[in-house]
Formats: sequence, C-alpha cells, structure tokens
Amino acid sequence: MKEDKSSHAYWKATLGLLTKILIIWFAVSFGAGILFVDLFNKISLGGYPLGFWFAHQGSIYIFIALIFYYAKKMGDIDRRFDVHED
Amino acid sequence: MDLQTTIYIFVGLSFALYIGIAVWARAGSTSEFYAAGGSVHPVTNGMATAADWMSAASFISMAGLISNMGYGGGLFLMGWTGGYVLLAMLLAPYLRKFGKFTVPQFIGDRFYSKSASTVAVVCLLVASLTYIIGQMTGVGIAFSRFLGVSSDTGIYVGMAIVFAYAVFGGMKGITYTQVAQYIVLILAYTVPAVFISLQLTGNPIPQLGLGSNLAGQDVSLLSKLDQVVTELGFGKYTTSLPGSTLNMFMYTMSLMIGTAGLPHVIMRFFTVPSVKDARSSAGWALVFIAILYTTAPAVAAMAKTNLIRTITPGVVMQNADPFGAESAIKYEARPDWMKRWETTGLLKFQDKNGDGRIQYYNDKTKDKAVLDKAAAAGWKGNELDVNADIIVLANPEIALLPNWVIALVAAGGLAAALSTAAGLLMAISSAVSHDLVKGVFNPNISEKNELLAGKVSMAVAILVAGYLGLNPPGFAAGTVALAFGIAASSLFPAIMMGIFSKKMNKEGAMAGMLAGLFFTLFYVFAHKGIFFIKGTEYLGLIGGANSLFGITPEAIGAVGAMVNFGVAFLVDKFTKEPPAHIQAMVEAVRVPRGSKAVTGAH
Repeated sequence: MKEDKSSHAYWKATLGLLTKILIIWFAVSFGAGILFVDLFNKISLGGYPLGFWFAHQGSIYIFIALIFYYAKKMGDIDRRFDVHED
Repeated sequence: MDLQTTIYIFVGLSFALYIGIAVWARAGSTSEFYAAGGSVHPVTNGMATAADWMSAASFISMAGLISNMGYGGGLFLMGWTGGYVLLAMLLAPYLRKFGKFTVPQFIGDRFYSKSASTVAVVCLLVASLTYIIGQMTGVGIAFSRFLGVSSDTGIYVGMAIVFAYAVFGGMKGITYTQVAQYIVLILAYTVPAVFISLQLTGNPIPQLGLGSNLAGQDVSLLSKLDQVVTELGFGKYTTSLPGSTLNMFMYTMSLMIGTAGLPHVIMRFFTVPSVKDARSSAGWALVFIAILYTTAPAVAAMAKTNLIRTITPGVVMQNADPFGAESAIKYEARPDWMKRWETTGLLKFQDKNGDGRIQYYNDKTKDKAVLDKAAAAGWKGNELDVNADIIVLANPEIALLPNWVIALVAAGGLAAALSTAAGLLMAISSAVSHDLVKGVFNPNISEKNELLAGKVSMAVAILVAGYLGLNPPGFAAGTVALAFGIAASSLFPAIMMGIFSKKMNKEGAMAGMLAGLFFTLFYVFAHKGIFFIKGTEYLGLIGGANSLFGITPEAIGAVGAMVNFGVAFLVDKFTKEPPAHIQAMVEAVRVPRGSKAVTGAH
C-alpha cells in the first residue's frame, strides 16, 4: 500500500507531533512543577527538592530540548511529504 | 576610583559601544542593512531576540520578586520560557509562511476584514502600553540608583532618554547592536551571580550552587534558607505558594500564552529567512534567555540569604538566634549600600522600638510562635522595608563585590530596560501610523506624515507610561505580567484560530478578541483602577479582591483566553463560514513549501 501523501495526511502528522510535545510541555511545568509539586518534593536532587527544581530549573531545560526536537522532527515530516522548502 | 565614577565609566562605555556598532553597521553597506534578516545566522538572531525580549522586568525585577515569593516565583520562570514552545510550534512557522510584517496585518488578511485588523490594533496598543508602564518603573529605579536621585526623578530622566533612544531609532533595527546589548546584559547578570555563588557555596556555577551545601557546612543552602525565613515568619522558601495552586497554574498559563501573543516578540519571527529557520530560531532565542532565567532563581535565593546575613550577621553561617539581643546590626553601623539606596526612597528604615537596631521579619505572619518570640525580644514590628525591584541592582553591593561589578550591573540594567522600551515604542508607533492611520483612516497619507504620526504616538505613549509609572500598578514584573495577560486573552487565541481552524470566520474572531480583552480589562481595572489610575478601583462591583476563585488580576489572562475561544466558536457557529479563497489560504499557510520573502511595506 502506498503511503498517503496528501496535505490532509501531512497536517495529521504535524498535529500528532504537536500533541506529543504539548503533553511533555504540560507534564514538566504544570504537572511536576505545579499540580504534583508536593509529591515530587519528596524526592531530592542534590540539594534541590525535585518539584522545586522542576519549577525553578528543570522545566526550562526541557523546553529548550522540546523546541529543537520539534524543529528536527518537523523537518523530517516535511521531507517525507515532500513539502520542504528549496 | 570611587563607585560613582566607575558606574559613569561603565554606563558611558556601554552606550558608546552600542552607538559605535550602529554607526559601523550603517556605514558597511546599505543593502546589507536591509538584507540583514537573510544573512544573519540563527544563533546571532537568537541572541538579538533574547536582548529584545529580556526587559527591565526580567533583569531588574524578576529575581527580587522570586526572592520574596520563593517557590511561587517559579511562575515567572516557567511562564516566560514555556511560551517559546508554543510560539515555535503553534505560531512562528505559519506566520513566517504567511509573509506579512505585523500582527494586525495577519489578522486583517486572514479574517478578510479591516475591522478585525483595527480590533487587533487596539488589543496590541493596550498590551504594549501596559508593558511600557512596567518598563518605565524599572527604568526609573535604574536611573535613581545610577544618578543618586529619588525614583520619581529617575523616571523623568528615563522618559527623556528612552524618547531620544527610540527616536534615534535606527539602533533598534540593527541586529548587531542588540547582540552587544545581550552580551553586556548577560555578563552583568551572571558575573555577580558567579561571585556570590562562590562566596556562599564554593560552587562557581549558580545553577548548581543553588542545589549545593553552604560553604563549610553540612546543610544545603535551600534548607538553611527555609529554616531561617520560617523563623522570621516568612513563608517556607521552597514551598510558599502565590495564593493557591489554581492561581499559580493560571498565572503561569497566562504568561506562557501571553509570550506567544505579544506583537513585538512575534514580529521577530516574521523576518527570518525561511520556515525552517522560524522553527529553530525560537529554540536559539530560548537558549540565550535560559542563561538568565536559570541564573535568576539562584540570584533570588542567594540575595535573600545575603540580606538576612547583612542584618543579622551570625544567623546563616553560625546558627545564631535571630531574636538574640545582639543579633541585629545597629542602624548607625549599616553598610554603605543601604545608605545609597535610602536616597532613592526604595529602602526605608523606621526604628519602631527605639533600640537603634534593625529588625527585619514578617510582622504579619500568622505563626504565633514567631510573634511571641518577637514580642519577647521587644520588637515592635518590621523596621526595614526593601522594595523588591532593587534586589538585583543592589545584589552585588549586598555581597560586597568590587566596584566594577556593581558598575557592570548598572550598565546591564539600563541596557535591558532601554532596548525593550524602545522596541515596544516601535511596535506602538508602527501600529498607530501604519495599521491604524494609513490602513483605516487615511490611506492616502504621505510618507512624511505617516512618520510624524508614528513619532507623535511614541511621545504620547512615553508620557502616558511615565505618568502611570510614577504610581505603578505593581512591581515592574507584576505590571509586565498584566500586559502578558492582556495579550494572552486577546491576540493569541485569534492568531491561533486563524491557523488551526479553517472555518473560523471574521465575526467569531472579532467577537472573541473583544470578549477576551474586555473580560480581562474589567477584572484588572477592578483591582488596579480604570486605565491604572489610582482611586478608580471598583472592587465592590466584582465582590472583593481576587473574587473569581482567588485568581489575582495578573493571572486572569488565561481565563480571558478561554472566554475568547468560547465566544469565538459560539459566534462562528451561527454566522457564515469564511469564503473559499480564505480557506485555501489557510491550507497554503500550513505547508512550508513556497515561502517567499516578506512583503508589505514597513
């Protein structure tokens, strides 16, 4: 069976990637850093309570990783559906 | 060399550097200047974006607020960085493909209506103006310390300089000036943090120092700080919440989606060379922003520790009892930095019990044990009032660092405040002159008059912001947070629906923007006064402060955004769907191929 290369399929693939990343984005900041912070604070990372670390440090590092991961994966999707620039 | 002279030299040198680069880049070649967007490396562009973005709120105000808020201050850290993830994925690449220069242009074209574009201009003006009020507060503080005058006089001086800076204009557009500003700003922020981290923990990297043990002790900095602040009646540093978990959630969300809705941030991604670059340049910008944002919590916790060490010397390092008769320093023997900040009126001492010593604690605590101990020690209330906005600027002085470090921080604070204020004034003037006057009222306006309209609107914006900055609605970072809430509730949903919903029509988008904006402003003005004018608050009308589930006005933007989405979809359901060519345009925007250079005169 040939892969569906329509713009509809491209958009579906894009939204799939976005959903995945947004789940992680939400989990580290709103999840570990806010909603379940007390739970995570029971664990410590060096001198940091873990929940506090997520709110003051960890989320930011993960945000950076997420953007670069997104940029790379989107590039792959663009080429797979042959809609990349140049 | 004395401190004041050193400060003049550092500030003077940094300004000479910016102007020098501006002149050099201009003289290079005109075509290169206009094509800068095409030839600038994404990393360089990221640095410039970071300088543009990090303002007085980030540099001067944020760590001071975190220092008082503790864990809850994380809402600034997560909120002002997490928005870049949304920006990179939901808006930047599509707006780049769309290929216009301003947010009102996008809204006007996508929603095929001049009225929609006008509504967007109004939202943009309200958000940017509120943002500048926060900047002016920060500028005033920086100049008051720098010139040794009251903070009001500092604001007047700041207004004049910001105006000159913005009208000189060209400097703003040149990426390399912003790169220089970024370097000054980031050095000014990290150098003192490294020194202080070394002093307190022996670890030169502040991000690790914050998680380390105190130098020569077996106890971690954070747990010691928790213990000391709790003894003095403040909230426990690593867990204290701003109101409630719900409020912290909404506040963080508001700042995140506000980041993705602020016109002067979005504009940076219109001019990158390709859709691919639009995606990664948000990542690079965030890398450079993160250097400051991951240092800030260390600065905050360490400044709090050092403040307590200054006032009650044996308490942190030797376990002395803060309530001991000899613990607090005598007012006469206070360090020089306190005297210097007293002239600005932002640090105040009042000897309530007449013992000639400084007592610093939270006299409003509900912890009876603390109040009993304070009463037993003969304390009659907190005697030291430190404005949160001075913490970062005073930080190297508190830690007794060399004069050149203090001077560097002064230069960095001014760079941060001036670059962002100038950037926002540009956004305001282009919205008024291009999108409003030329686009709506008078399409035949001459180029000269368009420019004049821009300059006039800039001057008006500075006067209004300066006036309101004299009696600011909050600390610099708090005021800026209000601006983010306004952007979050009005512009972000409209742009997002414009891309992700093919069927969203002009009626829905306009109704959504207006509903979000009015809902948010109604709640904010109830707390802070109509258009932030003191004395016009109407809390009675909404049933008291924070009456909506305990949500503070700074956090209401997230709710406003939900109102915006809700109203838009409801109205959209009952009105005509957008014409076929608009739906086709949305399809085209979603695909990177065929991206062209940006059009639309600017």
